[in-house]
Amino acid sequence: MRIPCPLCGERPLEEFTYRGDAKVKRPDHDAPIEDWVGYVYVRDNPKGDHQEHWRHSGGCGSWLTVNRNTVSHIINSVEEARQTEESRISEKTQEKKLA
Amino acid sequence: MNYSMTSLIKQAFQGHKGWPVGWRDPEPKKQYDAIIIGGGGHGLATAYYLAKEHGLTNIAVLERGWIGSGNVARNTTIVRSNYLLNNEIPLLEWSLKLWENLSQELNYNVMFSQRGVLDIFHTNGQRDEAVRRGNAMIMNGVDAVMLNKEEVLKQVNIIDPDNGRYPILGGLLQPRAGTARHDAVVWGYARAADRLGVDIIQGCEVTGFLRDSDGRMTGVETSRGTINAPKVGVAVAGHSSQVMEMVGIRLPVESHKLQAFVTESVKPIIDTVATFGVGHLYISQSDKGGLVFGGMLDGYNSFAQRGNLPIVEDVAEAIMMFLPTLGRARLLRHWAGVVDMTMDGSPFICKTPIDGLYLNGGWNYTGFKAIPGAAWCFAHTMVHNEPHPYNAPFDLDRFSQGRPVDATGGGPFPNHH
Ligand SMILES: Cc1cc2nc3c(=O)[nH]c(=O)nc-3n(C[C@H](O)[C@H](O)[C@H](O)COP(=O)(O)OP(=O)(O)OC[C@H]3O[C@@H](n4cnc5c(N)ncnc54)[C@H](O)[C@@H]3O)c2cc1C
Ligand SMILES: [Zn+2]
Repeated sequence: MRIPCPLCGERPLEEFTYRGDAKVKRPDHDAPIEDWVGYVYVRDNPKGDHQEHWRHSGGCGSWLTVNRNTVSHIINSVEEARQTEESRISEKTQEKKLA
Repeated sequence: MNYSMTSLIKQAFQGHKGWPVGWRDPEPKKQYDAIIIGGGGHGLATAYYLAKEHGLTNIAVLERGWIGSGNVARNTTIVRSNYLLNNEIPLLEWSLKLWENLSQELNYNVMFSQRGVLDIFHTNGQRDEAVRRGNAMIMNGVDAVMLNKEEVLKQVNIIDPDNGRYPILGGLLQPRAGTARHDAVVWGYARAADRLGVDIIQGCEVTGFLRDSDGRMTGVETSRGTINAPKVGVAVAGHSSQVMEMVGIRLPVESHKLQAFVTESVKPIIDTVATFGVGHLYISQSDKGGLVFGGMLDGYNSFAQRGNLPIVEDVAEAIMMFLPTLGRARLLRHWAGVVDMTMDGSPFICKTPIDGLYLNGGWNYTGFKAIPGAAWCFAHTMVHNEPHPYNAPFDLDRFSQGRPVDATGGGPFPNHH
């Protein structure tokens, strides 16, 4: 498996560190305890497309959001985690504005 | 027919043409008292203990492929109870006790060989851990012996004695631990369950669950039609998340891959199971002479039953570091299994929030040894709707209640356990 880092190009698996499910989001400080249990312990574990965080630890050090199929290991997209987060936040503010 | 010396001699004279089939291939009935999903070690053994210990014989085991097509036939067959925590040792030790009599109990030779498991350590920190674990074992009535460097090298005489980076300081030995024959465990339990009336239904994938208006379990949808039962036990290992998701239960589980390797047959050179404190390396020799070994998880979510090359390289490096004499052994096969890694490295043998639905899963890469003990407890839980004290710590609520069973202290990172 090779991961195309947006900054370094296609690099071998050994250069990357896996973190896991990229969809878990830290709950608000006063969220109910179930949300915190879910955040710490419960994961999507799809047999198919999975959105996950990897770090290019043996390269540029960036955190990446990788869309990978867990059966074929085909990687459909990679972007910097920061970008994903920024687009998520801007989407959120846009939604708020609309509402 | 009972397998015995007499039946063997009799069959030998008939050219071995009269052996009956090991188990039937029945059509699924419409209604059972209990259904077990998954024809791996845990599913088949659970059906056996339901029938044997609790007299429940109107049971079906539903397996989507063929029995023994999952991890039970892909593992490296280490059986041990050298655990650390007081709430995990009783289950594993009970399992080991059942292993010790399993061939007689099932009337099937599972080739359980108590050749010992030797955990070798290389640093003072690892020695401290071994001493602590050894004491925990002894206090729980489990056998544990500390070996010094000379004793380790005497027992496993193919180890490089002068490794500068990871010196051999000693080892923690569990003499009663050992290995068994994976297929024989499947076939032994299948035959014994079938003889008690259990229907083993292969090529039957569960695709959904049926519940009544109160939410209670009433049966399952399968690729071979609807099958009803008031109690359903899930024992599908790497697919625990997928099956439980069909009833909306999300688990603290990630499916990962673990690889194993076997070399061509060589003369006997190692008569125990040796594990090393680097890269999870472990090795034993099968009865056919192949060296069986493995290392770490591939490290990321995967349902591909094939391994990646970096781990092959890692394991080969570790072998060369500790056992350089194997450098010219040729690899015959290597493969991977999909293991359901949990957030604390411990399993689930428990009730679920749904009445009549029970879960046996989250086995990580350590579920082969647990087959007899955990299945025995799972059958108890399904019948009494209550866990046995041995499996009580392994419920789904332990995470929300702040009592994970995390022996390594690895935290909620499945690929670190
Ligand atoms: C490489 C490797 C090495 C290992 N080494 C060891 C070891 O040395 N010692 C040890 O104790 N453990 C070891 N393990 C772990 C052990 O193999 C597993 O924990 C254990 O086998 C899991 O339980 P099982 O036997 O019931 O699983 P499986 O054999 O995987 O059985 C589950 C069954 O469920 C079926 N199934 C899935 N979904 C459905 C569905 N929807 N409908 C019907 N059926 C379904 C599958 O087809 C499968 O046959 C190892 C695992 C691997 C991969
Ligand atoms: Zn990079």
